[in-house]
Amino acid sequence: MEKNSEPTHVHRDDEGDKMGMWLFIFTELLLFGMLFLMYAVYRYRNPEAFYLGGKELDVFIGTLNTVILLISSATVAMSISAIQKGRKKQALLFLGTTLTLALVFLVNKYLEWGAKIEYGFYPGGEALLELGHGTILFFGLYYVMSGIHALHIIIGMALFIYVFQQIRKEKVHQTDYVWLENTGLYWHLVDLIWIFLFPLFYLIH
Amino acid sequence: MSQEKHHIMSYTTHLIVLGVLLILTAVSVAVTSLELGALSTLVAMLIAGVKAAIVLVWFMHLKFDNKLYTIFTVFVLVLFLLVLYVTFFDYSYR
Amino acid sequence: MSETTSSKHVSFLQYKGKYKGILGWILSTDHKRVGLLYLYTMLVFFSLAAILGLLMKLQLIAPGYTIMGPQTYNAMFTVHGIIMIFIIVVPGLPAVFGNFFLPIMIGAKDVAFPRLNLASWWIYVIGILVVLTSQFVGGWPDTGWTFYAPYSFQTPANVLPALFGAFILGFSSILTGINFVVTVHRMRAPGMSWFKMPLFPWTLYATAWVQILATPVIGITLLLTVMERVLGVGVFDPALGGDPILYQHLFWIYSHPAVYIMILPGMGAISEILPVFSQKRIYGYKAIVLSSLAIAFVGYFVWGHHMFTSGMSGRALYAFSFLTFIVAIPSAIKVFNWVSTMYKGSLNLQTPFYWATSFIFVFMIGGLTGLVLGSLATNVHVHDTHFVVAHFHFIVFGGTGFSFMAALHYWFPKMFGRMYDANWANTGWAVFFSGFLTLYLPMFYLGIQGMPRRYYDYLPEFHGGNIISSLGAILMIAGAMIIIVNLVRSSRHGQKTSDKNPWGGRTLEWETDTPPTLENWDEIPNVTEEPYEYK
Repeated sequence: MEKNSEPTHVHRDDEGDKMGMWLFIFTELLLFGMLFLMYAVYRYRNPEAFYLGGKELDVFIGTLNTVILLISSATVAMSISAIQKGRKKQALLFLGTTLTLALVFLVNKYLEWGAKIEYGFYPGGEALLELGHGTILFFGLYYVMSGIHALHIIIGMALFIYVFQQIRKEKVHQTDYVWLENTGLYWHLVDLIWIFLFPLFYLIH
Repeated sequence: MSQEKHHIMSYTTHLIVLGVLLILTAVSVAVTSLELGALSTLVAMLIAGVKAAIVLVWFMHLKFDNKLYTIFTVFVLVLFLLVLYVTFFDYSYR
Repeated sequence: MSETTSSKHVSFLQYKGKYKGILGWILSTDHKRVGLLYLYTMLVFFSLAAILGLLMKLQLIAPGYTIMGPQTYNAMFTVHGIIMIFIIVVPGLPAVFGNFFLPIMIGAKDVAFPRLNLASWWIYVIGILVVLTSQFVGGWPDTGWTFYAPYSFQTPANVLPALFGAFILGFSSILTGINFVVTVHRMRAPGMSWFKMPLFPWTLYATAWVQILATPVIGITLLLTVMERVLGVGVFDPALGGDPILYQHLFWIYSHPAVYIMILPGMGAISEILPVFSQKRIYGYKAIVLSSLAIAFVGYFVWGHHMFTSGMSGRALYAFSFLTFIVAIPSAIKVFNWVSTMYKGSLNLQTPFYWATSFIFVFMIGGLTGLVLGSLATNVHVHDTHFVVAHFHFIVFGGTGFSFMAALHYWFPKMFGRMYDANWANTGWAVFFSGFLTLYLPMFYLGIQGMPRRYYDYLPEFHGGNIISSLGAILMIAGAMIIIVNLVRSSRHGQKTSDKNPWGGRTLEWETDTPPTLENWDEIPNVTEEPYEYK
């Protein structure tokens, strides 16, 4: 090899790539973890307001989105199985399903947020400011946490589109699929966060 | 680096795992309407914890991967819970 | 290395890649070039922030208005803090020496993700540029580097770019951390088991975990402050029900572990240097490894000692004070190890050794005054006084700064293939060290007397101490200039050397070419011995 230039060989280490993804997931967990910590503190200090705030949220939409995310998590995991077995078409099908479900999740979120914003229930909104401090905090956290979560959904979708192309072009295939695997891990993280967001906001009793 | 042999999960297993997750979701929603008082948050968190564990173990392949990732994950969770615990030294006694 | 050697052994400084000239550096994924990019960037911003520090000390040379008014002074300590913390000491040793030497010391050709590594530097530069825009748009921030709520979203000054820039810098730090953990796990040379790994990589590993697990906390905190300022979410705003003390909790949940991000790699570098210049095995290798991990872990749970007067509950005060005393133990173990390493060694009195021993001296003063601050009763007396300023400069500047200089002088010949002028280097050290002590020691006294920090003015009775301290600042800056000029000059015109091992070290970096070639090794070394096996 020509020593006189930038290295031309690519150091490949799938296990290392996966470890990098896990470490990144840990940073995400801590990032959301701090939001959960804030939630815990403010709920502890305003139990009544959080209870009433939770009543304002639509349990049906929340449950629907939970189901959507769980199914999408299963489909992305199945697309990994498909690619491991060398079934490109099935992998693409599962990945496409995941992408569609992610989009449906976002549409639901949009409808949910839109209805609230229309009534002035948003940070700094008039209707919200008339309510007590606890309610302002509940909705502040609701928008911040589900907003940052939705941002992760969007990033996940971008990754899916990229990986979808890579599979189509055979860049990601049976013996080299760490991109798909890592995207899957990322998507499960998004699912994990939602698994906790759902009961904490929609199912307060 | 060598490409280690990977465990391939069958579609059926995935669907079973998904089914369990959906049932747990339904249970979680149903439990909310019961009058459990202070316990209801605890139950909701327990169910969420079980669901999270299922996602980690099966969907995220902790069961089949290098044990190192399991150690890492447990460590990170313990760290977070300790931070939460220490924070409440302040808020519980203020 | 010299131009006449065969093309097989072209040093990393000279090879020609896809890009020519400066592009060959800022687009290079070679870990050594990335390390030097960080070094040069830090040099520029360290000089800038040091000048701000000097201007503040000149303002304090006499009571009242000397060279600047209160608003300028507030802006100066804010920008000085932001640059020094987020741009210099947090990336500090990992970004420069970690990048350069971690792969070499574990016998690898590069880090695990070279392109991500270069991206970290670019993100770092973008973060710096965003921070700097705050100076040109709408006035310098005046919140202090801590951005405490609620002032940070009430001040008319332009804090947004500073907050956002610090957020971006956090990303760079996280990516470096991820890179190092994977590198250490996956790329150690054959035969290098965990307990055959040298101590500098060990401390980098512990640090990298803190970078991964603590930095997101500051990320979300700064992001929420941005949202608070722009949208008025209410999470920290007492007017909307938020708890400003929760901001302090979150801020210090990151920023206390960040202190260990700053100091741990410094401790690692000192643990490399002392055995070499004592020609003796490090005393208590495993104790140093385990205490590094212990510091990294326990360091997560002591954040509350920054908030003893903020209005936390009494129980929290006891808990945090207790944990603070616990975390002092592993640091003390290390000091014991270092001193014992030198005991009966054959000491080689060179510049890196001077820096390393003076590091132990200032670090001990910093550490012991930390206990004064960690105990509740004395803390109330000296909280937010110059005592605190002196304490953290002894730790952050005395600890990280001195170990950085020790590491720079130690590895300089390997990095540049040239030797620095030892006489000037020693002179610089002596001037700097005396300046450092003259600058910061009087501050302890002023603080105990009751002089608060972050004021541009003071009562006449503090005048004497401030004169000494300001003169010390001038002396220290003079020392820093001698050091920097000497090193910059030597990196270009110093005595050429291709001696692989000028100090007689036993770790792997002394087995590569000087300076190393592009991929460090022709053949990956096979490690059979433990590090520091001096015969």
